[in-house]
Amino acid sequence: MTIDRITAPEFRAIDNINLLRPAHQALDNGCNVFCFNSGDQELVRIEWIFANQRFNPEKPLLNIAVNTMLTEGTNTMTQAQISDKVDFYGAFLQVDYGYDNSLVTLYSLNKHLQHTLPVIKDILTDSIFPEKELATYIRNQQQKLQVSMQKNDYVARRNFNKALYGDTLYGLGADADTYKTLHREDMLAHFKQMYQPSNCTIIISGKIEPQILELITDTFDKSWTNPDVKPDATQPEIKSSTEHFYFTEKPDALQSAIRMGLPVINRTHPDFPALQVLNTVLGGYFGSRLMANIREDKGYTYGIGSGMSSLKHAGAMFIATEVGADVCKSAIAEIEKEINLLKSDLIPDEELSLVRNYMLGSLLGSLENVFSHADKFKNLYFAGLDYDYYDRYVETVKTISAERLKELANVYLDFDAFYKVIVGKY
Amino acid sequence: MVKFNRFTLDNGLRVIVHEDHTTPMAVLNILYDVGARDENPEQTGFAHLFEHLMFGGSVNIPSYDEPLQRVGGENNAFTSNDITNYYITLPSANIETAFWLESDRMLSLAFSEKSLEVQRNVVIEEFKQRYLNQPYGDVWLKLRPMVYKKHPYQWATIGKELKHIEDAKIEDVKAFFKKHYTPQNAIMVVGGDINLDQVKQLTEKWFGPIPAGEKYVRNLPQEPEQHDERRATVTAKVPLNDVYIAFQMGDRLDKTYYVAELLSDILSRGNSSRLYRSLVKEKQIFSEVHAYMTGSLDKGMFVFEGKPLENISIEMAEAAIWDELEKIKTIDIPADELTKVQNKTESTMIFSEMSLLDKAMNLASFELLGDADLLNHETGKYLQVTAAQIKELANNLFRKDNSSTLIYLAEKV
Repeated sequence: MTIDRITAPEFRAIDNINLLRPAHQALDNGCNVFCFNSGDQELVRIEWIFANQRFNPEKPLLNIAVNTMLTEGTNTMTQAQISDKVDFYGAFLQVDYGYDNSLVTLYSLNKHLQHTLPVIKDILTDSIFPEKELATYIRNQQQKLQVSMQKNDYVARRNFNKALYGDTLYGLGADADTYKTLHREDMLAHFKQMYQPSNCTIIISGKIEPQILELITDTFDKSWTNPDVKPDATQPEIKSSTEHFYFTEKPDALQSAIRMGLPVINRTHPDFPALQVLNTVLGGYFGSRLMANIREDKGYTYGIGSGMSSLKHAGAMFIATEVGADVCKSAIAEIEKEINLLKSDLIPDEELSLVRNYMLGSLLGSLENVFSHADKFKNLYFAGLDYDYYDRYVETVKTISAERLKELANVYLDFDAFYKVIVGKY
Repeated sequence: MVKFNRFTLDNGLRVIVHEDHTTPMAVLNILYDVGARDENPEQTGFAHLFEHLMFGGSVNIPSYDEPLQRVGGENNAFTSNDITNYYITLPSANIETAFWLESDRMLSLAFSEKSLEVQRNVVIEEFKQRYLNQPYGDVWLKLRPMVYKKHPYQWATIGKELKHIEDAKIEDVKAFFKKHYTPQNAIMVVGGDINLDQVKQLTEKWFGPIPAGEKYVRNLPQEPEQHDERRATVTAKVPLNDVYIAFQMGDRLDKTYYVAELLSDILSRGNSSRLYRSLVKEKQIFSEVHAYMTGSLDKGMFVFEGKPLENISIEMAEAAIWDELEKIKTIDIPADELTKVQNKTESTMIFSEMSLLDKAMNLASFELLGDADLLNHETGKYLQVTAAQIKELANNLFRKDNSSTLIYLAEKV
């Protein structure tokens, strides 16, 4: 029997996407707990999420340094004891600093949670940022920074953020001297103000048996109280730079890093899902126009993409790539061409239907396990949105017209208004 | 515990089916038993270049990516010194598209000159981006030939030099395909929201007609045991000095493999590990220091890597690493420390069952080692390792005359 290998098999479009919604519990101390109970493995991921405190340009590193150093010692445990205990019970303890929030995450087998939870409680309530560990932190960060500054893509990202976001948490690019502004007393004060129940959201995902939940709420409710100082998560107003072009020359560069883009709306704006469709067409997947043209047709780069960032106080659309140093100008010209095409020509039906299906499949595929459902919730919750956002997102992806996308390109994508950052040769 | 079923087609294609109905997705993973180690020394980087060409259209389907994206799927691939692995994830309702695409490129590629020309350029840019235009990016290009004198692990998957990529011809591409991309040289894992009968039927339909091809018999030069201390120093425009010490170790099926994993965990896994605690925190010799193993199928490398602080000489830095090695060679490992790394391994295995793609790739890798079910016995093997075995292995591995030391010096400006 011969089979038809030319014609693609029948396929089905994705109809609906089922997102797990959490159970909510408000603790007396003001901390909100959200539970995603699902999965076969006897384990949980617990995240403690704290809103970053107001940016102080005189002490710009407080939010990140306090978060990173939470595991460096408390009044009763040294850094060594903390890591010993976590590792001994096969758990994973992470601290993650984000632009808006700082996280402490524990991955633990349920059977060991009674041993691992008290460690988290200790670091969230009693961290002391020992002078010796602080000195080590500063020195090692300064050394790592020297290596990062040799990487063109790192420098490009840093210059881009600085141009878009100026003197804020989003625009911060520390140099070696910035670390000299870190002092233990400031960190202790910052810690006290930020790491309190009323500034905390706990998200639990995994197999949450009743006794597991009880263990968690017992540990983080009555015995965890708010101090007299109130958290302050307001942020200074963002002022983007008036200069739009930044070129950092690296004479020996084999490749140039390019990063360009501009401030746009964030997830809270009704146009956001539609703009994500436009972004996907431009550079949001392997078959995107930027990849098809600049990698697959011209061979200028190993990879090029566009993306959208949605932050609490800002949103941006950007394009990033590293291209052969000799083709930097040509690559930028091609990027401009692709942007202008979106503004002048309708996206063909064939391409748009592909992008619709790709985006829905990608959303479905991003829901790999219970942790991913919790991650989707975080996108909504911290943007002040509800689950109808994803209903709108799916609806927009399915139905948005080529005409509307062209309109949006004309509203949002002004190549002349782009911030353009180049590191390498130009 | 990862449950699966297994069958083999008449043409030699081995298929593993793992049902997981907690997800609406399916994954199709194909491992080809070919890597950079199978390359001609004069044509290195070829297995990886070939991986790129696998996306340049097949005999009946001009574009690989487009039809997959159209049904909501995503794909990627990677090449190592040992294997080349391709994977697709897509909504399970559209699983047949994955069979259609993968079977057609196993049947035959389009071998387009345009695709070869573009992918040569893309790979050259990848070579620059990852190896040449990064601080310390060329370390592996320098370290591998120190550790391996005979075995093809002496080159990295990207290849020895740009020229080998530039010179690739379409006839070479065809010959490589014929030699390595046959059903009997592949292992396919289908997982997720699918069932065994459906997979059997689809596999017969799409892969059954592909000719078996000729069996590739691997016959690589074996790397002799090392009995001489090797050293090299390079100077480059990097901000900090960097020290690498590599030791030859056993292959993946060697009985000491699991011992070596735990040895490396004790030395370097997480913030409670010995190197971090002693050399970063207490003695303050390094800003960062790590130990890891390459985990290759043939004789592997056990590598130490550290960036000393600016006030520390290279000699002091090296001596500090050797001090730690002496300790683990001479002093018994406390029971708690062993339990710690064993517990960590156990929970890592359980967490890895949260990811469908990880499970599929793991099943394929273990099938290549001889039996996919080995995946379910991994934890037990780690739990059987004793402190005495770790100490013994440390003594066997960490000898000066089994070491290759590469010193990367920051050029003074």
